[in-house]
Amino acid sequence: MFDDRRERDRRATFTRRAIVLFGAQLGVAGVLGVRLYKLQIVDQAQYRKLAEDNRINPETIAPERGEIFDRAGAPLAVNRPNYTLSFIREQAKDLEKAIADLRALASLSDREVQSLRRKLKRSAKFKPVLVKEDLDWDTFARLNANAPALPGALLDVGLVRTYPEADKLAHVIGYVGAVTSRDLKRHKGDDRLLRLPGARIGKTGVELAAEKTLRGEAGVRRVEINAGGREVAEIDRIEGDPGSDLTLTIDLALQRYAMKRIEKESAAVVVMDCITGDLLVLASGPAYDPNKFVFGISQRDWDDLRRDEYDPLRNKALAGEYPPGSTFKMITAIAALEAGKISPRTSFTCTGRMKFGDRYFHCWKRAGHGRVDMLRGVKNSCDVYFYEAALSAGIDKIAEVARKFGVGEAPKLEIPNVRDGLLPTRDWVRKTYKRGWNGGETLNVGIGQGALLMTPLQMAVMTARIANGAEQVQARIVKAINGVELERAPFEPLDVSKDAIDIVKAGMFAVSNEPGGTAFRSRIADPENALAGKTGTAQVRRIGKEERAAGVKKNADLPWRLRDHALFVAFAPVKTPRYAISVIVEHGGGGSKAAAPVARDVLMRALYGPQPPLEAYPVHLRREIAKAREEAEKAKATGADPVKIMGE
Amino acid sequence: MMRRGGFNEEVELSIGQKLLRFNWLLAALLAAAATVGFLMLYSVAGGTLEGRAERQIILFALGFGAMMLVAMIDIRFWRRLSVLFYIGALGMLVLTHFFGETGKGAQRWLDLRFMQIQPSEPMKIALVMALAAFYHWLEPERVSRPFWVAVALLIALVPAALVLQQPDLGTTMLLLAGAGVVMFLAGVSWWYFGGVFMLVGAGVWAVFASKGASWQILKDYQYRRIETFLDPSKDPLGAGYHITQSTIAIGSGGLDGKGLLRGSQTHLRFLPEAHTDFIFTTLAEEFGFRGGIGLLSLYMLIIFVATLTAIRIGNMFGRLLAGGVAATFFFFFAINVAMVTGLAPVVGVPLPLVSYGGTSMLTLMFAFGLLLSAQVHGDSAAER
Repeated sequence: MFDDRRERDRRATFTRRAIVLFGAQLGVAGVLGVRLYKLQIVDQAQYRKLAEDNRINPETIAPERGEIFDRAGAPLAVNRPNYTLSFIREQAKDLEKAIADLRALASLSDREVQSLRRKLKRSAKFKPVLVKEDLDWDTFARLNANAPALPGALLDVGLVRTYPEADKLAHVIGYVGAVTSRDLKRHKGDDRLLRLPGARIGKTGVELAAEKTLRGEAGVRRVEINAGGREVAEIDRIEGDPGSDLTLTIDLALQRYAMKRIEKESAAVVVMDCITGDLLVLASGPAYDPNKFVFGISQRDWDDLRRDEYDPLRNKALAGEYPPGSTFKMITAIAALEAGKISPRTSFTCTGRMKFGDRYFHCWKRAGHGRVDMLRGVKNSCDVYFYEAALSAGIDKIAEVARKFGVGEAPKLEIPNVRDGLLPTRDWVRKTYKRGWNGGETLNVGIGQGALLMTPLQMAVMTARIANGAEQVQARIVKAINGVELERAPFEPLDVSKDAIDIVKAGMFAVSNEPGGTAFRSRIADPENALAGKTGTAQVRRIGKEERAAGVKKNADLPWRLRDHALFVAFAPVKTPRYAISVIVEHGGGGSKAAAPVARDVLMRALYGPQPPLEAYPVHLRREIAKAREEAEKAKATGADPVKIMGE
Repeated sequence: MMRRGGFNEEVELSIGQKLLRFNWLLAALLAAAATVGFLMLYSVAGGTLEGRAERQIILFALGFGAMMLVAMIDIRFWRRLSVLFYIGALGMLVLTHFFGETGKGAQRWLDLRFMQIQPSEPMKIALVMALAAFYHWLEPERVSRPFWVAVALLIALVPAALVLQQPDLGTTMLLLAGAGVVMFLAGVSWWYFGGVFMLVGAGVWAVFASKGASWQILKDYQYRRIETFLDPSKDPLGAGYHITQSTIAIGSGGLDGKGLLRGSQTHLRFLPEAHTDFIFTTLAEEFGFRGGIGLLSLYMLIIFVATLTAIRIGNMFGRLLAGGVAATFFFFFAINVAMVTGLAPVVGVPLPLVSYGGTSMLTLMFAFGLLLSAQVHGDSAAER
C-alpha cells in the first residue's frame, strides 16, 4: 500500500536520523567528559591550590609595640586601647546610605568623610579602609549596637601609643605616627606590618631610632574566609613576637624637675652619670605634646609649633649647636699643660686686652685681671690668660685634647639627629674655606668662640670626663631591653695627665666655692656635696670697634634674639664626682646669672631628692626658699596652685 | 479516509494495560537523576533537607504524578491539543512582553496572582508539540519544500524572537535547537541544515572580521562582552567571576571529590547560584570526576532509552514528540555542563531534574509524560 510504504520510508528516515542525532549527542557528551577529565584529573593540582587560596587568607597579626620606661620603671610610652571603625566597601550594598549612616553614628566631620571617599577610591573594594580611630567609648558602643544595620562597618579594638609624660620627655621619646610612603621606603623588607590599616611607626626620638626593637615580629593567622571575605574559622596561627620593652637611663623625677625649672625659657639641661655615662636628664624646653602626633597633628597646632620663636620642635640638648664659650676653657688649660709649654704656676698679665698680629683680643673684664695663673684663670674666666694658653698649646694640641673629651663627634645614642658640633682644625679650614689656619682663630677657639660649636650633650660628656678623670665615659640612653640590663663596653682611657685634670678641677671648685668665683652665688653650701662648675657666655652677635669704644651694650638693652647664650657646666659632689651637668639658656644673658642657678637646683635634686635641706643652699637664699616652701605648703592645703620653688 | 500519521488500529487500552506498557525503566532513571538533585540541594543548604531540597522533593513527586497522568492520556488527545497549546504559550509570551515582571534585568515572569510562571518554559514543549503535529499532518513529499520549511521556521522563530528580546539567550537557543531537531528528525533535507550552518559560520566570521574595520558590526562593549564570554579569565572579578570560580570548584574536586558537604567553593559561597545553574559544579566538587561522569552517564542513558523508545513509536507525532523531548532534555544538560565547565558562555540554562526550580521541573516532567504517552499509545492510530 502506497501510504504504508510512505509511512515506512518516513519511519526509516526518522530512525536513521535519530541514530545520527544520538551519535552526535554522544560525541558532545564525550567532549564534556574530556573537559571534566582535563579540569579534574589533569589540572587538579592547580585548581586545588586556587581553591585553597580562595579559602584561606593569611592575616598579619600586629605585635604589641614595646613600651618605654624610665630607669625606675615609670611608664614613658605605653599602649592603650584604641577603638577603631573601618569600612569594607564590598559588603555595603548602598554606598551612599552606608556613608550617611556612619557619618551620623560616628559623628564624622566633612573632612573625615572626604578622606574616607578618597581612600575608598584608592583601595580594593574587599579591603577594610580605616574610617576613624580613637573613638570614645560611647560612640564605639553606639556603633556596636547598630552594627547589624551597618553592613561593611568593621569595629575593632587595637592599641595606640600614649605618652603619659606628654611634653616632659617629648624630645627623647619622640612619637609614632601613621605610616607614609616615605617611611615605607626607609624601612624596606617589613612592609607586611606597616601596611596594616592603622599601623604606626616611630617618627622621631627613641621611637624612631629603636623602631626595630620596639616593633617586634609580625605573626600570621590563617583564616578560612567565605566569598564575602568574612572569617569562617581560624585554621592556625603563628604568634609573632611582641616588641621589646625599653628601660631608659632617664630619671623621670629629675627630668620633670628640670623641665619645670626651665619653663618659659628656651633652654636645655643634660645630666649625666660621670661613672656609667647614663643620661639622667635630657631636657629641652619648650617642648610639645607628642600625643598630638599619634593621630596626626592639626594644621593649626603644627603651625603654632613651627612659628614659635623658642623652637619647641628642636631637641636643643642633642641637636642645638652653640659656641661653648668659657666652658671650653678647661680643655684649653689641659691642652696647654699637655703640650708642656706652661705649668699651672705660669702666669700671664691681663690688661683687659691682648694684641695679636694687628688686632686686639679683648678680655670680658675691660679693666683686666692683672697677673693670672691657671687656677685664677679658670676661677675668674680670664680671657687673656686663655689666649696665652691657647697660643702656647697650639690648635693641633687643643683639637687633639678636645677630641678626647668628645668635642666634634656626636655620641652614639638611640635617638636620631644627635649633632656633631664643630671642632675647627687646620684640615677643616683647608677643606671648607680653601685657606690656611689663621693664628687669631687659635685665640678664639681657646675661649670657646670662633667656629667652635658644641651641643649641650657634648658639654655634659666633656664635664663628665673631666670629673671622671680616667676614662672616656660614653653617654647612653637605653639602660635595659626587656628588663635585661645592657652590658657596657669598657670605656677607653682618657689618657690625660692626672695633674692637668686636678688643676682644672681645682679651678672649677674655685669658680663655685670661693668668693669672687663666677658662680659663687650658685654654690651648694654642704661641703659633702659641693659642686664644681664653669660658667660660659656665648656671644651671638659680633661686637664692632665703635660699640667697644662706646661701651659694650648690656644684654637687657638688646632684643632677645641678640642676647648672649648663658652656659654652665658642673659636676658634683666634688670629692667623689657622680653627676655631670650642662645647662644652656638661649639668649639668657650671662652664664653665672641665668644658667648656674638652674644647674645648682637640678644637681641638688639629684643629690638630695625632691626636698633638699635648707642648709645646702647658700646663706643668702635660705630665707627666701623657706618662705616659698611655706607658701607652697599652704597652697597645697587650700588646694590652690602650689607656688614654684626655684631658688635665687 | 486519509491516513497520514501512522497505523490505523483502533485499539483502546485499559489503564492496567497502559501501566504494563509504561516504560518503568525511563521513569526510574528520571527518579534517579532527581534524587541526585535532592542530594545536591541538601548539600548546598549546608546539610539539611529543609527548604529547597524539601520543596524540590514535593515538586518532583507532583511532577511524577503529573507525568503518569499525562502518560495515561491518549496521545491523540495531546496531538489535538498541540495547536491550542502552542497558541496559548505564545499568547502568554506576548502578555509577558507587555505586563511581565522584571527580574535580574530580564522580563521573564508572568504574575498570575496565585503563582508566577515563566511562559518560555512551557513554550519549549509547546513548540516541539506544534512542530510534531505539523509534520504529522504534512505529506512527506512536502517536508523539504521551501514553502513548508518556511512555515515550520515561522512556527519556531516567532516564539524564539519573543524570548530573545526578554532577553533570554539560553532559552532562545534551546527553542531553536529543539525546533531544529524536530525538523531534522522529520526528514527536512540535509541541505537546509548545511545552509544554516554555513550562514551562522559566515555571520560569526563577519562579526569578528569587522572588528576595528570601518564596517564594524557590533559596538566595542559588545566585543568586550564576547571576549569575556570566550575567555573569562580576562575579567576575573567581573563577568568572568562565576566561570572562574566554577572551574576552580570543579578542578579542585579531583577524581574522588572533597566529599559531601566538604566543597569549600560551594560552602564558602565562592560559587554563585549553587542551587540552580551551578549545581553541577557542586556535584563535581564534592563527588569529583566520578560523580560528574556518573551524572553525565545517567543523562546519556536517559537519552538512549528515550531515543530507543521514540524509534519504536508507530506514529509520526509520537515519534517526533519523543525525539524532540529527548533532544530538548539533552540540550538542557549539555549547555548547562558546557557552561559551568567554561566551554560555553553563561546563558542561564538549568541542569534538568537537578537544579532547583519549579517551572523547569514541572515542564520537564510534563514533557516526559508526553513522551511516555506516545510510548504507551505508540501503536494506536493517529488519524488526522
